[in-house]
Amino acid sequence: MRIVFKTDYMQDIRPWKDGYQLGLYLLLLGLAVAAPWLIDTFYLGELTNVLIWALAGLGLMVLTGHTGQASLGHAAFLALGCYANIILIEAGVPFLAAFPLAGLITGVIGALIAVPALRLHGIYLAIFTLALSILVDDIIVLTEPWSGGVSGKFAPPINLLGLEIDRWGTPDAFYWLVLGVVVIVTLGYINLLRAPMGRSFIAVRDSEVSAQAMGVDVARTKTISFGLSCMVTGWAGALMGLYAGAFNNETFSVVISIELLMMIVIGGLGSIHGAFLGAIVIGFLPQFLSIAKEYAGALFGGSTVAIPGLEFGVFGMILIVFILFEPMGLYGRWLKIRTWFELFPFYRKDMFKRQKSYLKTERLR
Amino acid sequence: MDILQLFVSGLANGCVYGLIALGFVLIYKATEAVNFAQGDMMMLGAFVTIGLTNAQYMGLPFWVAVPISIAIMAVLGYLLDRFVIRLMFGQSQTAVVILTIALGFVLRFVAGLIWGHDPQTLSNPMAGREVRLGELVLGMEDVAVIVVTLLLTFGLYAFFGRTRLGLAMQGASQNQLAAYYMGIPVKRIQGLIWALAGAVAAVAGILFAAKGSVDPSTGLLGIKAFAAAVIGGFGSLPGALLGGLIVGVMEPFAARYIAAGYSQIAPYALLLAVLIFRPSGIFSQVRAKKV
Repeated sequence: MRIVFKTDYMQDIRPWKDGYQLGLYLLLLGLAVAAPWLIDTFYLGELTNVLIWALAGLGLMVLTGHTGQASLGHAAFLALGCYANIILIEAGVPFLAAFPLAGLITGVIGALIAVPALRLHGIYLAIFTLALSILVDDIIVLTEPWSGGVSGKFAPPINLLGLEIDRWGTPDAFYWLVLGVVVIVTLGYINLLRAPMGRSFIAVRDSEVSAQAMGVDVARTKTISFGLSCMVTGWAGALMGLYAGAFNNETFSVVISIELLMMIVIGGLGSIHGAFLGAIVIGFLPQFLSIAKEYAGALFGGSTVAIPGLEFGVFGMILIVFILFEPMGLYGRWLKIRTWFELFPFYRKDMFKRQKSYLKTERLR
Repeated sequence: MDILQLFVSGLANGCVYGLIALGFVLIYKATEAVNFAQGDMMMLGAFVTIGLTNAQYMGLPFWVAVPISIAIMAVLGYLLDRFVIRLMFGQSQTAVVILTIALGFVLRFVAGLIWGHDPQTLSNPMAGREVRLGELVLGMEDVAVIVVTLLLTFGLYAFFGRTRLGLAMQGASQNQLAAYYMGIPVKRIQGLIWALAGAVAAVAGILFAAKGSVDPSTGLLGIKAFAAAVIGGFGSLPGALLGGLIVGVMEPFAARYIAAGYSQIAPYALLLAVLIFRPSGIFSQVRAKKV
């Protein structure tokens, strides 16, 4: 049992609790930086994929986890970021400028879309964003002169300060690039959460009415949250495009949107850790399933038939189990385990119990 | 004449959308939750009927299989509520939405496991027969779809407005706690409404499978039914039907008169427009939240 004594007001605002915690995260960062020397190229590629998904998860987490607006359409913004990045690069803009610009463009467009969308709430917003996500497929086909339409586009190798980076040619460099972006975004996110803006996001999530009463401009807060969320998602999309190498109108389908939302739910809504944990589940589930299938095949007499849709079926079941029994996700489970150890004999079952509310409709008839 | 023919074929499609939307609205009206798996329940209903009727499976007569499959889906709806949805009692709408999306994934997977991923059609006595009205040629299935949908919609409308049970359902959604105080068994009501939605999904599935082929991903049609429900105004039964008809009629006309590539956008563009300009739909039932 570790006790942190607070001797300074700054301690409440500091991003880390104490030196021990900071040390742990620095160790993790060190391991992540050293990963190319520790694991082989295949798993490095997978790790890169996980980091990109985590970045997209961070984007959605701002909106859904911390502002409480569920979006079923973030694949649309992934696509926007991806195409903006590649089109800018093809127009001769250096990567160092094109990449931030891609996120910025996505963020601005996202904020513009947010203005009408955020008058809606709850399921209506979910349906609005779902429709956006469906439309993106058709819009990409229609804007063929820029987007390449059905035949798609290929991501050129990028040039970062004279350094040629390519997903296949130099996987190490690409991994570090992704890691750098993820670390910067995560630090920004942590910083956001301890600033007034982040606090007002959380206030809006917990109760719009009380946030308004405390002087938070709800519409503005939601718009900024949507914009920030789209910006980060746009960066994730740009990296996803570079990672995939080739993409077309079907790459960023509705399924990706839904997968993203489910990912952060499994990881744990409302926590930065949740985005990473969820991304690990999403990233390694296919590998895990194929390995499990091989084992099962070896055990029950060599039948390794491909079962179509297995991945989504298993995914759905995992999600159902999580929502029913651990709504706070993997991170919530970890928190509970940690608290159990920290308080050893004093942990009580109801410590994390959430208040339930009764439904009241807004309909009149 | 051409226009009339397009209109009628759109009407029949629209009725199927309307039926799925009806399922959404039923559950929304009584529990204030949105069931994103309604389209997949329709798909499952279709497959259950195919499994009972078609020669390569059980080969029961059509008119015996229909009530059985409706009953099976009703029981399934009830069990879903009893063992999954009820555990969510008192949690946020968004959580239920995500849960039902996951349910949809699982239902699609299960249907794929049992019946395979190839498109299948339901062998039914209506197949191939036609009704002629002047120059207008209607498939018997289309007529059946339209008639059944109208009957169901207005039957359910009357049920909600006139019967004690219907009123109790409305009460349970408008204010759960107050409904408890008034002695309404809110949990049992919620189970019943899921059973009802399952039965409606089975009817929609049977009609859909009679008109065309189904495969496990047919459930994604539910998204169009969403557009229908939103356009009509979530929470209104006639609105759901009207929304379904608008979407259904729009599609063949858009495919005919708008350039390819733009035509399939039409329903979603309408959905976005409705959400932006009249967020509570045509049959609005919402007023601004008062504090």
